[in-house]
Amino acid sequence: FFLLRSSTPRRQATMSAEEAAILTHLSSRPDAAIEDTLTWSDQSKLDHKAVVGAVKSLQADAYVTASDLTKSYFDLSAEAKDILANGSQEIIVLGALCEAGEAGISMPDLQAKVGKNVCKIGMGNCMKNKWAKKDGGNLVATSSLADVTDEVQAHLKALADAGGSESAVDAKTVQALKRRKLINLVTLKSYKVGRGESYAPVRKKKAADLTKEMLDSGAWKTTEFKQYNFQTLGEKVGGGYLHPLLKVRAEFRNILLEMGFHEMPTNKWVESSFWNFDSLFQPQSHPARDAHDTFFIKEPAQTVSLPEDYYDRVKTMHEVGGSGSIGYRYDFKREETLKNLLRTHTTAVSSQMLYKLANQEGGFKPARYFSIDRVFRNETMDATHLCEFHQVEGLVADYDLSLGDLIGTIETFFKKIGIEKLRFKPAFNPYTEPSMEIFGYHPDLKQWTEIGNSGMFRPEMLAPMGLPENVRVIAWGLSLERPTMIK
Amino acid sequence: GLSRSLKIFLGDMDAPVYQLTAPDKMETMTVQQDATSTVRPFVVCAILRDVAFTPERYASFIDLQDQLHRNLCRQRTLVAIGTHDMDAVRGPFHYDARCPDDIEFVPLKSSDDTAGQAFTGRTLLEHYETHPDCKHLKPYVPIIKDSSLYPVVLDNENVVLSLPPIINGDRSKITLDTKNVFIECTATDLTKANIVLDTVVTMFSEYCSQPFHIEPVRVNYVDAAGTTTKSDVTPALSTRRVQAGVDFINSLIGIQETAERMVELCNKIQLGPATLEVGPDGRQQMLEVCVPPTRSDILHPVDIAEDVGIAYGYNNIVKRVPHTNTVGGEQPLNKLGDLLRDEIGRAGYTEVLTHGLCSVRDNFTALRKQITAAVSLSNPANVEYEVVRTTLLPGLLKTLQHNKSASFTAGFKLFEISDVVLPDDRHAITGTVVGARNERRLCAVYAGPTSGFEVIHGLVDRVLTLTEVAPEEEYGSNSTKGDEEKFRVAREGWCYTIRELTAGDADAGTYFPGRAAEILLTSPSTGGERVRIGTFGILHPEVLSAFDVGYPASCLEINLEPLM
Repeated sequence: FFLLRSSTPRRQATMSAEEAAILTHLSSRPDAAIEDTLTWSDQSKLDHKAVVGAVKSLQADAYVTASDLTKSYFDLSAEAKDILANGSQEIIVLGALCEAGEAGISMPDLQAKVGKNVCKIGMGNCMKNKWAKKDGGNLVATSSLADVTDEVQAHLKALADAGGSESAVDAKTVQALKRRKLINLVTLKSYKVGRGESYAPVRKKKAADLTKEMLDSGAWKTTEFKQYNFQTLGEKVGGGYLHPLLKVRAEFRNILLEMGFHEMPTNKWVESSFWNFDSLFQPQSHPARDAHDTFFIKEPAQTVSLPEDYYDRVKTMHEVGGSGSIGYRYDFKREETLKNLLRTHTTAVSSQMLYKLANQEGGFKPARYFSIDRVFRNETMDATHLCEFHQVEGLVADYDLSLGDLIGTIETFFKKIGIEKLRFKPAFNPYTEPSMEIFGYHPDLKQWTEIGNSGMFRPEMLAPMGLPENVRVIAWGLSLERPTMIK
Repeated sequence: GLSRSLKIFLGDMDAPVYQLTAPDKMETMTVQQDATSTVRPFVVCAILRDVAFTPERYASFIDLQDQLHRNLCRQRTLVAIGTHDMDAVRGPFHYDARCPDDIEFVPLKSSDDTAGQAFTGRTLLEHYETHPDCKHLKPYVPIIKDSSLYPVVLDNENVVLSLPPIINGDRSKITLDTKNVFIECTATDLTKANIVLDTVVTMFSEYCSQPFHIEPVRVNYVDAAGTTTKSDVTPALSTRRVQAGVDFINSLIGIQETAERMVELCNKIQLGPATLEVGPDGRQQMLEVCVPPTRSDILHPVDIAEDVGIAYGYNNIVKRVPHTNTVGGEQPLNKLGDLLRDEIGRAGYTEVLTHGLCSVRDNFTALRKQITAAVSLSNPANVEYEVVRTTLLPGLLKTLQHNKSASFTAGFKLFEISDVVLPDDRHAITGTVVGARNERRLCAVYAGPTSGFEVIHGLVDRVLTLTEVAPEEEYGSNSTKGDEEKFRVAREGWCYTIRELTAGDADAGTYFPGRAAEILLTSPSTGGERVRIGTFGILHPEVLSAFDVGYPASCLEINLEPLM
């Protein structure tokens, strides 16, 4: 494509021999004409294709007018000419069979008599026309030559007499003859050429584009320019492209930054079960921890070290509860917590951020965090399921937050990405309580679709981190792919 | 269950009160503690009397057990439910664990050819593992297969009633004519066993002649000497009274309901009878509710608050936004990545987003590299996902492969900025060492009629210019510098150079011999030393053919983190 454009239009108007010959021919008098380019080319010893090219080019600049003389005719094949002279194969075969009399003739003998090709085609047609039958090994005529007419020969003769004109025979016959490869349609393109309104005996070619040389020499003042075709699209701009999903990621990042959220460092794909599940108060027997849903890691299989005092507080919360909770009441297993995996959600990082927030110098301060990054699920891949996708997550940690704050924050976020109508439905999630599914109204599909999940982190998750008792954390999450697809 | 909840919510029905009956003689289950503790230590039991089964209720009874086995019981590993026709068997019952060869047992029919046939514990499991009709039981075989003792539930004549967690016996099977149902739940987790048994009996006691009445069973644990060490009456049917502050609920949900209204709501959602109490400080109003055995999910007052919120209606809550102002901020590494993405896109490269997981072949052998350590998955979904990539290059080459039909005549340029994961047993985040770390990389390829080495080389210089790193004096001196060089912004103490990659280098195999270079960075954090941050060059023809790329190509891969 690029090459097409960069081959700059020919600057010098050099006339071709054909152009020159045509213009000269028309110069004798105003009504001079080339009656038929085909015969004219022959007489002038020029290539007809090149002449037609020159006519087209001259016509574009109105040097000449050209009217179409295109005609088509049927050309007879060598076989057809043979039929014209000697009769069709089936007539020849029938003649041979009649000659052989009632006893008929064997195939090899027939072949020897009329020739292999005539025998093959003629025999087949005789059988089809029921002019002959098989009697034992011999072929016997059932009609005499006098009973039949050679229609093929007659049709070909009609065509030949009419100079191949299409109207000489009916369409059905044309089809039949074509099928036997006896005739072939030939189209002859030629033109009658006369003077055009801009006729001149010598052509001056118009320029296609303004060039640097024209500016330098001032030639642009005298150069004639071709008319431009405004009805075609412009050239593609080229250049690079950013990935559409990552463009949406940038858009969402901006929105969350505007809303005062601080980005979390989520460049950590390998996670321990401890941060991915246990620190969130997700019981070790939860089905999400099955190999069906989570990619576990063979190497390095186990986490090497954890913050031990925090680990003890998490273990106690699972086993016996605390801070008003009765806990899950089961034996918490260390080997389960140390199992490495590919994080199933970025909440594995959120919990580390909250732990740090509780233990930072100067103690807890209200915070808003967000992240948009890759997560992994052990899914069978198809058109709608990937085992890797991007999760958008936002959370606010502050004193005495309520479900009303969560709903308000979520509405602000979704309004900014263009989803105005929201509904909230109770849901169950092991580490948030209350939990809500977020539904958005899709105006084109005219239906409510699930677009995210949300909730308030459970006190059993927050208390072991050391967050003050009346600090509550509201959070919501969605996949980056879903709204990108809807948009 | 659903229609019952609706009726109660609408006030058409009172919440059920579950009661344990007091039989003349309580049925017992004796647990041989020393034997069962080796494989499946716990059992809880209950009896439902005069159940009226219909085909629908029977199907629903089986379905409930299947659902519980799948979810709460975690595919029977934690809890397995066995149900028996009480009239076909006699107590007292025993729960023991025995040598697989000593167990003789006629199980429920699982395939036509073995109906009514007796098996030993060992032959039965082998049968389930191999017989085509037993695919539905095969997944449970490994739970006990390798134990030296298999758990068994026995009746008073020492006849095996069930082989948990696999199958029940044929003799005591439940039919539509069954009146009295004996339920045993064997378990490795006693809390879960109680929850499961409570769920089964609360759901089905509705169909007893005396609805919501359940006959208890005494479970005695005896040690090797025959001494009873523990005696429980099951089902636990644990009903607790739990308090939650009225102010706490209002504050958590963001509503202003009166205490009296909350009592009303709690009665509607089966947390009744609810009462109002005075808190420990003598002033606070406390809502006290009754948590029935069906609500094992209630662990904390927040769970009560949620139920009040749901009864109030989430969509009726008044919206607010958190009042504290906070300042937003980006991760510096992500910010650098986004700035570079824009610039490289402007330089005519098309951004791609490829998978983080790939095959060992694509990550190593196809790149003519030795197979070295990488984070590998223990349960990959398919062969394409064996390891977490240690290089971005395979993803870009696969993209070229999938765009064979595109025009390469003007050069096809791709790039990606994303993470690779490298094994690292020292890298710590939040006091945790998992044994691996992410590294943010930039990778770009050019493919076209010629290799485009100089195109990729130009991108190397551009990226370092953009990150404000100047070329070393010698490196840049051979090139004719444009005026822009005079205005270049460079960080003090930062510079870079490139050097031909030696043949023996670990990365050299990927490149065409003599057409590969390493990028060396000197910065304050390298202590004046040159440190390699990446490589670039013409790709080796064998690498191209391994990815089915028909055009010569060049690539670069740079670690962005040292440029921060």
